[in-house]
Amino acid sequence: MNSLTLPSYLQQSEHVAARFKKLKEREAILEVQGLYKIFESSQGDITALKDINFKTHRREFVCVIGPSGCGKSTLIRILAGLESPTQGQVLLDGKPKSEPGPDRGMVFQGYTLFPWLTIKKNVMFGLQMKGMANVVAESEAMQWVDLVGLSKFAESYPHQLSGGMKQRVAIARALANQPRILLMDEPFGALDPQTRLKMQTNLLEIWRNIDITVLFITHDLDEAIFLADRILVLKANPGEVEELIEVSVPRPRSPEQLLSPEFLATKKRLEELIHPEGEEGDEGFQLIRMTNIGDDVE
Amino acid sequence: MKEKTPWFTVRKALSPIRARSLTVLSFLLPLFIWSVVSYVPFIWHPKVEVVEQGGVEWFQKGMLIDREIFLTEVEKTVATNTEAPIGNRVNPVYLPAPHEVATAFYTAFTTEPKRRSEQWLHESLLHSMSVIFWGFLLSSIIGVPLGILCGTFAVVSKSQEPFIEFFRYLPAPAFGALAVAILGIHDGPKIAIIFIGTFFQQVLIVANTTRKLDVSLLEAGLTLGASKAKLLLRIVIPGIIPDLYRDLRILLGWAWTYLIVAELIGTSSGITWFITQQARYKNFDNVFAAIIMIGIIGMVIDLILAKIGQHIFPWESSKNKG
Ligand SMILES: Nc1ncnc2c1ncn2[C@@H]1O[C@H](COP(=O)(O)OP(=O)(O)OP(=O)(O)O)[C@@H](O)[C@H]1O
Ligand SMILES: [Mg+2]
Repeated sequence: MNSLTLPSYLQQSEHVAARFKKLKEREAILEVQGLYKIFESSQGDITALKDINFKTHRREFVCVIGPSGCGKSTLIRILAGLESPTQGQVLLDGKPKSEPGPDRGMVFQGYTLFPWLTIKKNVMFGLQMKGMANVVAESEAMQWVDLVGLSKFAESYPHQLSGGMKQRVAIARALANQPRILLMDEPFGALDPQTRLKMQTNLLEIWRNIDITVLFITHDLDEAIFLADRILVLKANPGEVEELIEVSVPRPRSPEQLLSPEFLATKKRLEELIHPEGEEGDEGFQLIRMTNIGDDVE
Repeated sequence: MKEKTPWFTVRKALSPIRARSLTVLSFLLPLFIWSVVSYVPFIWHPKVEVVEQGGVEWFQKGMLIDREIFLTEVEKTVATNTEAPIGNRVNPVYLPAPHEVATAFYTAFTTEPKRRSEQWLHESLLHSMSVIFWGFLLSSIIGVPLGILCGTFAVVSKSQEPFIEFFRYLPAPAFGALAVAILGIHDGPKIAIIFIGTFFQQVLIVANTTRKLDVSLLEAGLTLGASKAKLLLRIVIPGIIPDLYRDLRILLGWAWTYLIVAELIGTSSGITWFITQQARYKNFDNVFAAIIMIGIIGMVIDLILAKIGQHIFPWESSKNKG
C-alpha cells in the first residue's frame, strides 16, 4: 500500500470535526460501564471481555471490529441481555438493563427467522408480542417489509428466500419493534461480496431514513469503514477496547469511496491496530479471512 | 445420462422410477421366495398328503405324513405285494401357499364366528385398533406436553427424566398381571400395556426433539419481547411440530408392536384372539392373512399420516419431507 501519500486517519476537515462534535453532544442511547465477562471452564477461566467502556449516541452507527475470539459476540449478547456480565452494567437511555427486551433489536449472523411463519408473520411477531391487534400489526409489518423491498415475498416462507433476503427480513423484524438500538452480529458474514455490498448500501439507506442507533459487529475492515461513524476496535486476550476510531469518510457513503484517501487511511490504521507490528500484516489478514470462511460454513 | 448415475450415491435421492421399482421389489422378493418354497416341490415339501390309502391301514385320505415314513410304508407295501398308497408332496400345514393366504384374505372376513358371543374378523380388527387408539392417545395427552416441558425447562427434565429413563427399561408386559388386578380383565389392562409401552419412550423422545430446536430461535424471540409462556407457545411448539409429528408416527408403530402382547392379557381379544382361535383350528391361512393384515393396516395408517404431514407443514422445505 502506498502509505506515503495517505493522510493521517486522524486528520479531519473542519466539516467532519464539527460533525463528530455534534454527534457526541447528542444524548447517549447505550452506555457500557466497566463490563467484564469471565467464562469459567475446567481448563481455567477465560476473560472474554475486560473493562469495556463506551457510549453510543442517538442515530449513531458504531461498528465493533477485532480479531476472532476477542469477545465481539459475547459483548453484543450481553448488550442484548442474552448473557449476563461478570461485572459492570449496560445502560439504555440511562436505565440499567439485564434481561432481553424489544427495546434492543438484534440481528444474528445465522438465520433466525421463524421457519413456520411467512415473511409477513415473522415481521408481525414482535408487534403481536406487544399485544398489538392483528390488523394493525399486519399493516405495520407490511410497511417494514416494503422498506426492505420484499413486499412480493410477504406470503413466502423463509426457506424460499436467499440468504441476503432472509437477513433483510431479519432487519425488518427487528426494526418493526421500533427498538432504541439495533444490534447486529456479523449479519452479512455469510453473504457473497456483491450481495454484501448491496445489503450495506441498503442498511445505510434505512438508517438514514429512520431514527435508529446501530451497533454492528464485523470482521471486515471495509465493511466497518463503509458503515460506521465510529469504530470500536477490540483486542484479543483479554478483549479490551484498543481504540475508538472516528471515520472521517463523508456521508452519504457510496462504494466509490472504498478507494478514497480517507477510507484508505482509516483502513491502514485499523490494520495496524488489529495486526500489531510483530505480526506479518498479510498473514493476520488471511487469518481473519479464514475464520470468515469458517463462519460461512456454519 | 440417466444410466450413468450410479446406484450407490451417498445421501442422494434415486430417480423416481428407480425408487418405485425398488419399493415394489422389496415386497416382491419375499413373496417370490415364499412362492418358490410353496410351489416348487423339490425345494422343501417335507410332508406327503395321502390321496389313496392303498394297503396301509392307518393312512387316511388327507393325512399329512413325514416323507421318510411314507416312503418306508411304500416299501413295505411293495414287499408285501399290496396296493401302494398314493400321495402328493406338500409343505407342513403351518406354511400355507400364497394363493391360499390370498383367498383367506376374503374368507377370513366371511368365516362365521363359531359361537354367538365371538366376533367376526372385521370386529376383531376394529377392536384392536381401538385399543391402540386409546392407549396411544392417553399416552400422548400426557407424554407430549411432559416431553416438551422436559426439553424446555431443566427443572422438569432433571426431576422427571431419571425415573422415566429407569422405567422405560421395564418391559411393558411385565405389568400385565398388575394391570389386570387393577383394571379388570377387559380392555383396561390392554390399553394400559400400550400406554406403558409408549409413554416412557415418548417423553424422552419428545424431550430430545424439543432440545434440538435451535436456541437462536428462542433468543430471537426473547429480543423481540416474547415472555416465557409466549416462547413456549409461539416458538417451541411450532418450532418442533414437524419433528414431533414424525416422532409420533414412529411411536405409533411401536405401539402396534405391543398390540399382540397387550391383547393376550386378561381375556384375549381383538385380532390376537382371532389369530389364536384360527391357529387352534389349524386354519393357518387365516392366521397368515391376519398377521399380514396387521402389517398392512399399520403401514397404510403410516402412509396416510406421512401424506397428511406433507400438507400440513408448508414451511418444511422439500429436503425434509418424507
Ligand atoms: N459459553 C462460553 N463458554 C466458555 N467460553 C466462551 C463461551 N462463549 C465464548 N467463549 C469464549 O470467549 C471468547 C470470545 O468469544 P466470542 O464468540 O465472543 O468471540 P468473537 O469475537 O465473537 O469471535 P468471532 O469473531 O470468531 O465470532 C472466546 O475465547 C470463546 O472461546
Ligand atoms: Mg462472533
